[in-house]
Amino acid sequence: MTTADLIGKILQLVMGLAVFAALVGLLIFLIDRAPKKGRDYWQLFLFLAPAIFLLAIGLIYPAFRTTALAFLDKGGNFSWDNFVWMFTQPAALRTLLNTIIWVLLVPTLSTALGLAYAVFIDRSRGERVYKALVFMPMAISFVGAGIIWKFVYEYKSAGREQIGLLNALAVAFGGDPVQWLQTDPINTVLLIIVMIWIQTGFAMVVLSAAIKGIPTEQIEAAQLDGTNAWQRFRNVTVPGIRGSLVVVLTTISIATLKVFDIVRTMTAGNFNTSVIANEMYTQAFRASEVGRGSALAVILFLLVLPIVIYNVNVLRKQREIR
Amino acid sequence: MSSSVAPADLPVENGEGELELAAREAGTKTHRVKKRLTSRGATVAALVIAVLWTIPTFGIFISSFRPAELILSTGWWTIFQNPGFTLDNYRDVLLSPSQSSPQLGAYFVNSLFIAIPSTIFPLAIASLAAYAFAWMRFRFVNALFIFVFALQIVPLQMALVPLLQIFSQWLKPGQQWLHSVVDIIPVQNYLPIWIAHTIFALPLAIFLLHNFISEIPNDVIEAARVDGATHGQIFFRIVLPLAVPAIASVAIFQFLWVWNDLLVALIFSGGTQDAAPLTQRLAEMVGSRGQEWQRLTAGAFVSLLVPLIVFFSLQRYFVRGLLAGSTKG
Repeated sequence: MTTADLIGKILQLVMGLAVFAALVGLLIFLIDRAPKKGRDYWQLFLFLAPAIFLLAIGLIYPAFRTTALAFLDKGGNFSWDNFVWMFTQPAALRTLLNTIIWVLLVPTLSTALGLAYAVFIDRSRGERVYKALVFMPMAISFVGAGIIWKFVYEYKSAGREQIGLLNALAVAFGGDPVQWLQTDPINTVLLIIVMIWIQTGFAMVVLSAAIKGIPTEQIEAAQLDGTNAWQRFRNVTVPGIRGSLVVVLTTISIATLKVFDIVRTMTAGNFNTSVIANEMYTQAFRASEVGRGSALAVILFLLVLPIVIYNVNVLRKQREIR
Repeated sequence: MSSSVAPADLPVENGEGELELAAREAGTKTHRVKKRLTSRGATVAALVIAVLWTIPTFGIFISSFRPAELILSTGWWTIFQNPGFTLDNYRDVLLSPSQSSPQLGAYFVNSLFIAIPSTIFPLAIASLAAYAFAWMRFRFVNALFIFVFALQIVPLQMALVPLLQIFSQWLKPGQQWLHSVVDIIPVQNYLPIWIAHTIFALPLAIFLLHNFISEIPNDVIEAARVDGATHGQIFFRIVLPLAVPAIASVAIFQFLWVWNDLLVALIFSGGTQDAAPLTQRLAEMVGSRGQEWQRLTAGAFVSLLVPLIVFFSLQRYFVRGLLAGSTKG
């Protein structure tokens, strides 16, 4: 990078921030100078205009456009080809199957692990350090996590010293080194482990907060009844945090459906590891198959749909109570 | 950021969690005796999980300071048998002007200059909208608010192709013009990626800030209104200062999300040193130089540095934002 490049970048940053500040200033000026007639509507419009405008061009219009693109062939005519491709080609079917495996394994395992860990460290000495260690992967990018784990799975041919931890263990226990990321189907599981590694911290922090919200009297009452730790966990803790459990499961499920970076970084979807979100990128932006990419995006939308509808309903009920 | 969909409220307390801490302290004392008897197994299990979770990151951290020949020939856990320490890996990936080195310095600057505006822009726009949704009474506002929340239904993947088309049609001429006027600014500048991140952040940011802003006591807003304050004044003098803790925690999330993003960068940054962020460069390096572990480990740690600093220094706000986005389901 030359000094000129750096100056150009700083200039962009300063200009960008200045233009934005000027626009917001103008907006506030207009809000305060709104005409007396219909003043309330005018002000409401100005407060909402930037957000609504951006959402309209960046999310609402594109959602309709992508849906339309999914039903067009390369010549621009209506066709079902893109969906036929998705549900008949072995490679595309494998992508769908992998996505299902991801969404079955990641939310359940990371929630279970996060819950177990939260219970184990609850009120223990050094709880904050324990939490920070498992929570830390949440701050790391999926790309960074991909590199970290690729190093763990690194392969050197038999006879050479292994520098990847997993193969070093395999050799230490008398096995042969394995090209983990190229071996179907275990490679998909190994990628899933990376996602679990990241999401467990999220589940743990949320569930730990929920556990602390359970009234101590309930636990003490159960203790007086002579229950053991497992019974208390099953009959007091789990029912007490049911709401948070559902939230954690749904949030991780949505994140998992859209997982892209891990697969992209670690295998680029090769060796039968692709998932919908990665295949969408490959088709639309690498292979110029915009129709197929759009069809995959639509499927992703349909998979996320029920989860978000559930959350919208919860939200509507909450607002009715208010 | 985009993945969190749960309805929630931001915590209002300003006491920085001191109360919780005190409560936990008391809990520790009452329960210590009973706990000690039953939880030996649990402690061991927790310890095992904590170690398992930390080892991968630790391995890459150690390796990034080892000379290339040692990284490639010996496991990092043999560091005591095969000692060696160097800063060459970092010098190489960050500063070396050689064409064959990754030149991460430029990408680091890009990541920073993408993340700062991409945090400020959506938060400013979202707080304006959140104020309107919370304190301007109109019949359709409620429905509109739920609609905005529901927009999280649209996965990023659905927005990419059309948005890219819109940008190349409407934004590209402007970028070209800017380059012809100020030629130090490349044609492929940060503008598309700023706008894309701003748009994608809005639904959740509006939602979280709204929940907080609507918790401000009605009396405060009413009193200001009786004194003749305009909406603009109420927003700037009363709502914004009170909402600082909420804005801070949403800002941390947005910053980390943008810093860690790969997908949006791949589509909208152009992929060159002009505007592409660290994540994109690293992903590229994994693809083309997957065996150069001295560079990959150092590069990965460069990209982890900022998030880890943010995480360890602002952990409390980070956790608060997370809980705001997920509990009270």
